[in-house]
Amino acid sequence: MRNTRNIKPGDLVIVFIFIILILVCLLPILNILARSLSSAQALVKNEVLLWPVEFNFDAYETVLKDSKYTWSLVWTAILTVICTIVSMVMTVICAYPLTYDHLKGRRFFNTMIIMTMYFSAGTIPNYLLYKDLGLLDNPLVLIIPNCLSVFNMIIMRSFLDGIPQSLRESAEIDGAGPIRILVSIYLPLSTSVIATLSLFYAVGRWNGFSDALMYMINERRYHPIQLLLYNILNNVTSVEVAAQEGFSTPGLSDTLKAATVMFATLPILIIYPWLQKYFIAGVTIGAVKG
Amino acid sequence: MNYMDKFKKMQTFEMINIDERGLDIPYIVLISWLFYRLKLSGFRQIKRKGMLAMKSEILRKNSNINYFKRYWTLYLLMILPIAFFIVFRYIPMMYIQIAFKNYSIVQNIWQMEWAGNHGFEYFIKAFSNRDFIYALRNTLMLNMLDLVIGFPIPIVLALLLNELPFNGFKRVTQTVIYMPHFLSWVIISGIALQLFAPTNGLINILLNRLGFNTIPFLNEPTHWVFTYVLLGIWQSMGWNTIIYIAALTTINPELYEAASVDGAGRLRKMWHISLPELRPTIVVLLIMNLGHILGSDFDRPYALTNPLVTSVSNVISTFVYQNGIRGLQFSLTTAVGLFQSVIGVVFLLIANSVAKRLGERGIW
Repeated sequence: MRNTRNIKPGDLVIVFIFIILILVCLLPILNILARSLSSAQALVKNEVLLWPVEFNFDAYETVLKDSKYTWSLVWTAILTVICTIVSMVMTVICAYPLTYDHLKGRRFFNTMIIMTMYFSAGTIPNYLLYKDLGLLDNPLVLIIPNCLSVFNMIIMRSFLDGIPQSLRESAEIDGAGPIRILVSIYLPLSTSVIATLSLFYAVGRWNGFSDALMYMINERRYHPIQLLLYNILNNVTSVEVAAQEGFSTPGLSDTLKAATVMFATLPILIIYPWLQKYFIAGVTIGAVKG
Repeated sequence: MNYMDKFKKMQTFEMINIDERGLDIPYIVLISWLFYRLKLSGFRQIKRKGMLAMKSEILRKNSNINYFKRYWTLYLLMILPIAFFIVFRYIPMMYIQIAFKNYSIVQNIWQMEWAGNHGFEYFIKAFSNRDFIYALRNTLMLNMLDLVIGFPIPIVLALLLNELPFNGFKRVTQTVIYMPHFLSWVIISGIALQLFAPTNGLINILLNRLGFNTIPFLNEPTHWVFTYVLLGIWQSMGWNTIIYIAALTTINPELYEAASVDGAGRLRKMWHISLPELRPTIVVLLIMNLGHILGSDFDRPYALTNPLVTSVSNVISTFVYQNGIRGLQFSLTTAVGLFQSVIGVVFLLIANSVAKRLGERGIW
């Protein structure tokens, strides 16, 4: 209906506004890409805007040769996959029982879970608990303490609530137990929300660095890529860090910095457009019902 | 055959009719009264308790043993998540008591001694700590700016996006403006450092070529605050439109058509139809945002800060990190964290009750 109407001057104004917004979102990334592909001299001479000058891949080669950086990339990728799987399993097994209206204690479980969204103990109590549990400097601290997000659980629950009860009842009459119903009816019907939440968890883990910064102070080997990137970008100059992180010396050129940024961004930029069509549906459910 | 069937039907029909006619009237009254009473009690119960409650009551009447035999797997599934919430969300709340105690590394939390001033010594210490006062001020300032400048933008964007007549362009726009939400603050800070670099950053090169002076975006406190807010808007403006767009798609198109017939223009329709329809959504998000007015994100200020601007970039979360995990002043920083959480809940409750008093739905 809207496509067939005449184009008014107002439409062009709106299109113009959005073209500017698109440029605002894309140009910074193009600029970094151009800088990472230019030579260091061109950067110093302020010649690089949006197109690489003296095109070369030297910076990328240097970054790839650095074993610390590549190991960090691989480790973060492994960590992201593990975290996403653990989180999705936890989210599903938490949300699914709560969709049963007659589950005894359902209201209690609900309140208990939602309370944690509004009141949390804070950073230091968490830190001391991890210390007592022996999780400090243990890679598990990057996986377990945040493996279940209440917000994502609510999105999942709202989605499962939307699946008609009659499906479940008919399966119950056929003698299927709750787990069987979950596996053979609910999960196949909720692929879109699973894709959405997996994207959220994966992006959260890939982008997260504060937990490693706070709870893995001494175990630098298992630092995720973002924390390493932070140290590189901010020229962390302590001898220990420079020695451990290879090329991240104070005089690191801007080209190299741009290349490291691009490396940490690429996985997201590659995956994101493919999953995008799912997450709008997922988020909308959470927003309307959450 | 067919004929016979019809005939039989007619006969039975007539028989019933005759029988009914032949019944005693008091008898009918009695039977129907009994029937009515029986049904009524059932209906009344359903009416009083609701259909679902009746259903669950019937289930409850079945013995508990049967119930658990049937649904024990649900509880089995719940064990892990509930254990997670108890261990990682509720047990840390026990550690909050060290805000009122003198932390000691050799004792467990129950054995530590109470702090002076009826246990509130560390709260008093926090409020006489200049760094904390600055952190508190900065947190409030940055969050207020985010709220005042950043909150209306997604609403405007959603309204505009809703007006776009070209669906393909709309989809591309959405894809692109959601994208920054998926970049980490370290990456955004990396991009910002390069983009806003005083000598060879893109923005300053352009400004110089246009004849303006170099602007120290990240190296001077006042400019830093605005760069911080700007980057926040850049990162989240597209993403925050999703919820509003979802709300806008549920508006009945007949409203717009009726308004067009009455001669309303685009702006009038936005003002009198779209905005009022968005109001409940706006209120809920506003309440949530007010609840976070003292809550501070750690990643964003930590990634964007630099030694030149610590006077405005130190917020509560970075204060807790610096003094707690780095500085080992556990009691002080736990007190600060508790203060922050409590204020957050209080703000949320106040905002919610104000919204309810103004006739909105609120968040619960």
